[in-house]
Amino acid sequence: MSAPSAVFGKREKTALLDPIVSINPIAVQVLGICSALAVTTRMDKALVMGIGVTLVTALANLAVSLVRNHTPGSIRIIVQLAIIASLVIVVDQVLKATLYELSLELSVFVGLIITNCIVMGRAEGFAMQNPPWLSFLDGIGNGLGYALILLIVGFVRELTGAGTLFGVEVVPLTKNGGWYEPNGLMLLAPSGLFLIALIIWALRTWKPELQEKD
Amino acid sequence: MPRLDSTRYTVLFATAVSVVCALLVATAAVGLRERQEVNAQLYKQKNVLLASSLAQPGESLSAADVQAIFERRIKVRALDLKTGQLLPEDKFDVRNYDQRKARNDVALSRPAPANDAQIARLPHVAAVYLVNAPDGKVEQLVLPIEGMGMWGTMYGFLSIDRDGNTVRGLTFYEQKETPGLGGEISNPKWQALWVGRKSYDANWAPQLAVIKGQAGPPDKDPHHIDGLSGATITSNGVTRVVRFWLSAEGYGPYLKTVRSGGTPL
Repeated sequence: MSAPSAVFGKREKTALLDPIVSINPIAVQVLGICSALAVTTRMDKALVMGIGVTLVTALANLAVSLVRNHTPGSIRIIVQLAIIASLVIVVDQVLKATLYELSLELSVFVGLIITNCIVMGRAEGFAMQNPPWLSFLDGIGNGLGYALILLIVGFVRELTGAGTLFGVEVVPLTKNGGWYEPNGLMLLAPSGLFLIALIIWALRTWKPELQEKD
Repeated sequence: MPRLDSTRYTVLFATAVSVVCALLVATAAVGLRERQEVNAQLYKQKNVLLASSLAQPGESLSAADVQAIFERRIKVRALDLKTGQLLPEDKFDVRNYDQRKARNDVALSRPAPANDAQIARLPHVAAVYLVNAPDGKVEQLVLPIEGMGMWGTMYGFLSIDRDGNTVRGLTFYEQKETPGLGGEISNPKWQALWVGRKSYDANWAPQLAVIKGQAGPPDKDPHHIDGLSGATITSNGVTRVVRFWLSAEGYGPYLKTVRSGGTPL
C-alpha cells in the first residue's frame, strides 16, 4: 500500500472508511434515523436493510456520478430521485424473489429507502462533485456505516427485547423454563432512540473533535 | 457539446434517464416474476399450516418441509359453495385450480349477493383444506376467505374445528393494511386470540366480531376478539369478511352438513 495507486489510494481509502466511524451517517451526520428505529427490532431485518441501503447508496452514487457532467442543474434532483427510485424497486423485487417472508416484514421500509436521507444526501453532496469510482466507494462506506449502527442497535434490542439473535434463542426465556423475562420496551421505537443517543454519546466522548464548540 | 441548460437538452436528457430507468425496473420485474410467484404460493401453503397450527409462527420451513406436511396431513378438496357439498375428487382437478382466477371468470363464478365485505364475485367452487389428525380422521377445515380491509382486499384462511363451530386459527397471507396499525392482522399474537372462539350463536347466525377494546377469554366471551388500536376500519373489515364467509352465502351450508355429520369428509 506504499505507492499511491489510482485504484485504491489514500483518497479512496478515506472515502470508504471515514463514513464507517468518524463521519458515520447515523451517529455523526444524524441521517436515516426513521428507518433505523423501524428495522432494528431483529438482527436479520437490520442486516437485510443494511445491505439494501449499501447497495442502493453505492449504485446510486455511481450512476449519479457517471452522468454528473451531463446533468442539467435545473433537473439534477429529479434525475437523482429517478435513479434512486429505480434502484430501490429493483432491490425490492430481488428481495421478493429471494427472501419473501422477510420482504413482507420489511414491507414499506424497503420502499422507503428512497426517502432515506443518506442516499439522497450522498448523491447530491458527494457524487455530484466526485468521479464515479470514488463516489461508489463513498456509497459503500456510508451504507456500511449505516449497517454497522443498525446491527449494533439491532443486537441490543433483539437480545434484551426477545432474548434471541437472528431469531435463535440465546438466553433461556422464562416461558421456556429459563430465567430471562424479555423486556418488551426494547422492541418499541423509543428504545431505538435511546440506543442511538447512547452510541452518539459514546462516539463523541471517544472522539472529542466531533463536539460542536458553542 | 450542447449547452447544459438549454430546454431542448434538458428534455432530451430527462427522457433518456426515464427510458433507462424504466428498462431497468421492467427487466427486474419481469425477470424475477416467476420466482416471486413460487414464493407467494409457498407462503400461501405455509399459511394453511399456520391456520391449522401444523406450523408455528416464526418456524422456518423449506418448500420440501411444507410439501411433506401437506402430503401427510392435508387433503385439498373442491367445495361447491352453493350446495355445501364436496365435489368428487375424480370429477374436479382441485390441485390445478386457481380460486382467485376463477372468481374473475364469468363461466366459473357468479355475482355475489349484496354484502358489506365488498365481495363482488363468488367462485362456484372453493378449494378447502381438510386437515387430518395423525390417525387419518379429519379434525379441522381450513377455509379460504377474502374481502375488503381499509386499503385493499385481505386474503386469508380461517380454520374451523370439525364441530363446524369452533375457530382453530386465522391467518392473512396477503393484505395491504397500514403497517403497525391495520397491518397487525398479520401479527401471530393477535391471530392467536381467535383460537377457541365460537363462530355461531344458538340460532347458527355468525357472531364472531372484532370489538373495540379487550375481549374476555374464549370460555366467557366466545364470540369476541380484541380490537386493533388505531385500526377500526380494518377491524370492522375483518369482522365483515369472517361473518360473510360463515354465512349462508359462504361456507354456512357446508359447515351445516359437517355438523350434522352428513358430508363424507
